[in-house]
Amino acid sequence: MDDLISEFIAECREMLEALGGEIVAWEASPDDRARLDSIFRFVHTVKGNCGFFDFPRLEALSHAAEDALAEVRGGRRHADPALVSAVLAIIDKIAEMIAALDAGDELPVGDDTVLIQALQERAEAPTAPVAATVAEAQSKAVAPRTIRLSVELLDRLMSGVSDMVLARNELARRLRETTSEVAVDGAFERLSSIIAEMRDAITRTRMQRIENLFVALPRMVRDLSAELNKQVLVDIEGGDVELDREMIEMIRDPLTHIIRNAVDHGIETAAERLKAGKREIGILSVSARQSGNQILIDIQDDGRGINGKKLVEKAVAAGVIEKSEAANLSPREQLALIFEAGLSTAKQVTAISGRGVGMDVVRSNIERIGGIVEVDSTVGLGTRMTLRVPLTLTIIPALTVSVAGQNFAIPRSAIDEIVRANGESVTLEKLGGAGVATIRGRRVPEIALAEVLGLESDIPERERSLVVLRPAGADVYALAVDRIHDHEELVVKPAAPAVMATGLYAGTTLADDGSPILLFDPAGIAQVGGVKLEAHDRAARIVETPVAAAEVDTPVLLFVGLDGGRRAMRLAVVDRIEEVPTSSIRHGAGQLRVQLGEAILPLAGANGELPAEKVRLFRLNDGTCEIGYAFREVIDLSAIAHDVIPAEHPGEVSAVTLVAGEPAELVDPHWLFSTFLTATERMPLQPVCRLPADDPWMQNMLRPIVEAAGYRVVSEVDEFEVDLAILSDLSAEDAAAARTIRLRAEPDPASEKDQSIYRYDRAGLLKALKSAGAGRR
Amino acid sequence: MSELLLIVTIGGERVAFPAAAVESVVELDTLIPVPRAAPHVAGLSALRSRVLTVIDCMRSLELGVTDCSDGIREAAVVELDGHHYALIVDLVEDVIEAHSEPTAVRAAMGEGWERVSQGMIETDEGPMLLIDIAALVSGAEAKAA
Repeated sequence: MDDLISEFIAECREMLEALGGEIVAWEASPDDRARLDSIFRFVHTVKGNCGFFDFPRLEALSHAAEDALAEVRGGRRHADPALVSAVLAIIDKIAEMIAALDAGDELPVGDDTVLIQALQERAEAPTAPVAATVAEAQSKAVAPRTIRLSVELLDRLMSGVSDMVLARNELARRLRETTSEVAVDGAFERLSSIIAEMRDAITRTRMQRIENLFVALPRMVRDLSAELNKQVLVDIEGGDVELDREMIEMIRDPLTHIIRNAVDHGIETAAERLKAGKREIGILSVSARQSGNQILIDIQDDGRGINGKKLVEKAVAAGVIEKSEAANLSPREQLALIFEAGLSTAKQVTAISGRGVGMDVVRSNIERIGGIVEVDSTVGLGTRMTLRVPLTLTIIPALTVSVAGQNFAIPRSAIDEIVRANGESVTLEKLGGAGVATIRGRRVPEIALAEVLGLESDIPERERSLVVLRPAGADVYALAVDRIHDHEELVVKPAAPAVMATGLYAGTTLADDGSPILLFDPAGIAQVGGVKLEAHDRAARIVETPVAAAEVDTPVLLFVGLDGGRRAMRLAVVDRIEEVPTSSIRHGAGQLRVQLGEAILPLAGANGELPAEKVRLFRLNDGTCEIGYAFREVIDLSAIAHDVIPAEHPGEVSAVTLVAGEPAELVDPHWLFSTFLTATERMPLQPVCRLPADDPWMQNMLRPIVEAAGYRVVSEVDEFEVDLAILSDLSAEDAAAARTIRLRAEPDPASEKDQSIYRYDRAGLLKALKSAGAGRR
Repeated sequence: MSELLLIVTIGGERVAFPAAAVESVVELDTLIPVPRAAPHVAGLSALRSRVLTVIDCMRSLELGVTDCSDGIREAAVVELDGHHYALIVDLVEDVIEAHSEPTAVRAAMGEGWERVSQGMIETDEGPMLLIDIAALVSGAEAKAA
């Protein structure tokens, strides 16, 4: 019997958890049959089981709720806010009783007639404030089957699998040493792949979608806003971000607290909002996303914001800071005072928040799990709180490097690029003892990892590799390491406090051979290495400006033409590279043409012998037309950084320049297009018309007419020349349009000179479109 | 039921660890140094799939440096705040029973010992110094800070 009861309790709890969001969503759209059904199913299950277990109170409650919901299901009653509130109250009561049962207590004795009566239909239902949800559509129809497991068991399973991986690696070593038999090797390979798969699956078991945390929010906000007589809309995003299950539990309370604060203190009442010129319904958006080795949870409201000056006054009054200190605080620091103990800007203490348990508790809770809370607020516009939570147990793609014979890992997300210290585009200089690397004209501070770590590296400076790192939100710097090894997916775990205290590391991981590897924190290395990230930001810009002016860095594709010439093509005009059978290149209508799928393009570059089987070609695009350009092979992607010597006569080659240290001919795309595109190629092209993309009338009503008149429609984003621009602003200009049609909203022109057309003058519009289209020919 | 103690030797001195805190006794072979970490952090090692932070007890007590160059060292594995540590000791002896609650040591001890002392405890083998493992792990710097 006990087993049955505990199963019943577990089932109820699971259903209750899932139900929190459902019931509010149901209130928002009472006709949503699926939601109604799932709530009905819950009370029905409870009722059925209660009769069996003899819990008369639970049974009476669930029975009453079931009856009321059955009426709604039968269409005999409408789900008004009063009913929703009553059903919610009953479900809460049921939850309470189930919690008591779970704790092994006797069911409390009490009278539920008030709750049950609340379900009765009343003539005049008081209107409760609406809290609608726009949570991501959660189709709860097919709930995945789940079971409950203890974390300890999962941990054991995980370490078991990890041990298995190590044992496999050991076995692999032994197998390599002994004579290999194909059969044994094959079996071992299979074992290896199975273990790898298992390791992956097990790691996944520890992770949980943050949705589980978010699912309760709509209900909470609904209750809060009802209590406070406010109207709040919850917008939830990013529920599919995965987080360590334990971490989800740890941020539950801080998140709840922040949301309570936002609804209570942040969002104003409907009347106040209207007075401030805002929509009467406040918006609270909660979103989660992964950024590097952190999970960012944003809680944003469009309420009254936090007044930094008031905070400072309070802080001075409360003795948290000195008056002299207060004057020097930046706006950000002022806002950060909200996390000091004993400070609250709320004028009055309400039942919801401001009970002395403040943001200081939120901060200490988040910091305890190694996270950070940030606040950003504009008075009158709203507040944003950001929780940055570390990924405790996570798989990070990382690059392993070594210095002085020891291996380390760098998170790949922070890596900008990797260059060799003795590469052509790199020079290393010392300024007052500090390293500065110039990588392709960009000056970046350089740190030798060996120096930061206090290790002796036996690799000379010139032979090291530079890893250019960009810590989150900061500027780049180059880190010199002895060797670059491999890209690996590493399971990273937090390191002990004594190790973290160095500020250099983000965690530890185990290499495949079972030895520990330290994972660097790129921002920490910069700090320890003495790189001033922000100061550098400004300095670099000063350096970069003259460089940029002197050298126009145009990216080019370096290639060998069919005649063996070394040439460069501006990357911007190359749409893509295609390979076609030689047979698809033919003479036609006076010139060589290539068939590419459905299109036949003029072919340039065919100045040598065509290869026997396949030809590779660039597909060049000038925005409206395409031509092909045949070549033998691509050498590299490069940039023109040197002086260009122009050709004497206009032709296929416009200039000669040094690319990657050797001369190369620069292909002139303008000449190609003007020569190879005969009038016939240009004619069938549609005339192009530009319509403002952000004008719904233009896009929805006008666009079909323009397209029917034979135009291709583009928006302001495409800046190239167009045949026609249609504008609704009478004074606006479109310099890149051959002709302009202006539309006015009033039937009569404003003056004699007004050339605009009334927007619903269909005949006039068509005529103008036609004449503009004809004008270009 | 009286507390069990693990008797170990650190810097030639026999002291007692609370046996309940010690998960296992291992022999460390590989040791990966942690550059820039506090001196008493000897490095990292792996016990199966767990990363152990290795603490040099001699350094922590400011008694000198344990020579790790000759390879295998004996260490007691403890868990503290979810992290696993291996405490390098000279020798792990035996587990014995405590006969009393720890009492304060009134005689003047070395500074390092003073910091990690939980008091004197009576055993069959005479009085023993009971070590505060958390203090041992945090080392000399943490105290100063």
